[in-house]
Amino acid sequence: MQQRVLDIKRAPASHGGHSERRGITGFGFYLYLLSDCVLFATLFAAFAVLHRSVANGPTGMELFGLRNAFIETACLLTSSVTCGMAMLACDRREVRSAFGALAATFILGLVFLALEMNEFAHMAAEGAGPSGSAFLSAFFTLVGTHGLHVTAGLAWLVVIFVQLRQKGLSDGVVRRMYCFSLFWHVIDVVWIAVFSFVYLIGSAS
Amino acid sequence: MTQPSTASDETAHVTPGTQDGQGHGSLRGYLVGYVVAMLLTIASFLAAGTDALTPSSVTAAVTVLAIAQMLVHLIFFLHISTSPNQRTNILAFAVTAIVVAMIVAGSLWIMSHLHENMMPVDPQMHMQSEP
Repeated sequence: MQQRVLDIKRAPASHGGHSERRGITGFGFYLYLLSDCVLFATLFAAFAVLHRSVANGPTGMELFGLRNAFIETACLLTSSVTCGMAMLACDRREVRSAFGALAATFILGLVFLALEMNEFAHMAAEGAGPSGSAFLSAFFTLVGTHGLHVTAGLAWLVVIFVQLRQKGLSDGVVRRMYCFSLFWHVIDVVWIAVFSFVYLIGSAS
Repeated sequence: MTQPSTASDETAHVTPGTQDGQGHGSLRGYLVGYVVAMLLTIASFLAAGTDALTPSSVTAAVTVLAIAQMLVHLIFFLHISTSPNQRTNILAFAVTAIVVAMIVAGSLWIMSHLHENMMPVDPQMHMQSEP
């Protein structure tokens, strides 16, 4: 195993190609994403421990609307697929369709974020803000951290749009798009856990 | 490693999120993943929305569906597979999965024991926070 890791580290010295560089960057970014999953695991653990500590305030069953959560889920899932389409367009070296697919990803991500902000504002207006109870603190920390990741992804996409315009599908831009697609897919996987364990189980029990 | 030193050398380690170290999967793969993930999502929302299931069976059903959907995402979108040239990826993934399981299961286990051993501060409040 050690040997394999060393192999990819040695690759650029022996070949100096761009796909090796992309491989190393991708692997490093993959390791970062796995560590991000550990961060989310701690927040999920905190939520699981605290989700009954409502301090006589509103419970998940009273707060969560499944319709909203379903639309959010559909947006994020579809944006994951359009992100994949962008990478396929990258493989075919089609700048325009890559741009279009990423634009669709951006819009769907924006819709997701708008729905989430709307929900947060609604909850805060009903007096169920982050300071309401331990349950609400854990909820806002967990879902808010996910929302921040989506926001960071959208900011990253803006940078990619600018670079696609200026440089086209250069090696650097493709490498960034590739890392972005990994990031976006992982964010979607984390969202599966959020809607299942926070919204669905929270609204049922 | 007695492979000939050709361009295919770089596929000795497949980078995460790609297939065969070259492309990013196929259109068909993404569409199959999309349809399956969507069906699993609808199934878990239906399971949570129905009155036919008890809360504990909803929890079980949603958990199983969530794990299934995560696997669909990993296989069809992130292209994680068990092929030998993905060993480093799989190993890193497995370590993360173990750490995640320890954090979540361990926290729940320890905190439920603490909770049982705690004297309720206000009996009425305690009853209400424990439906």
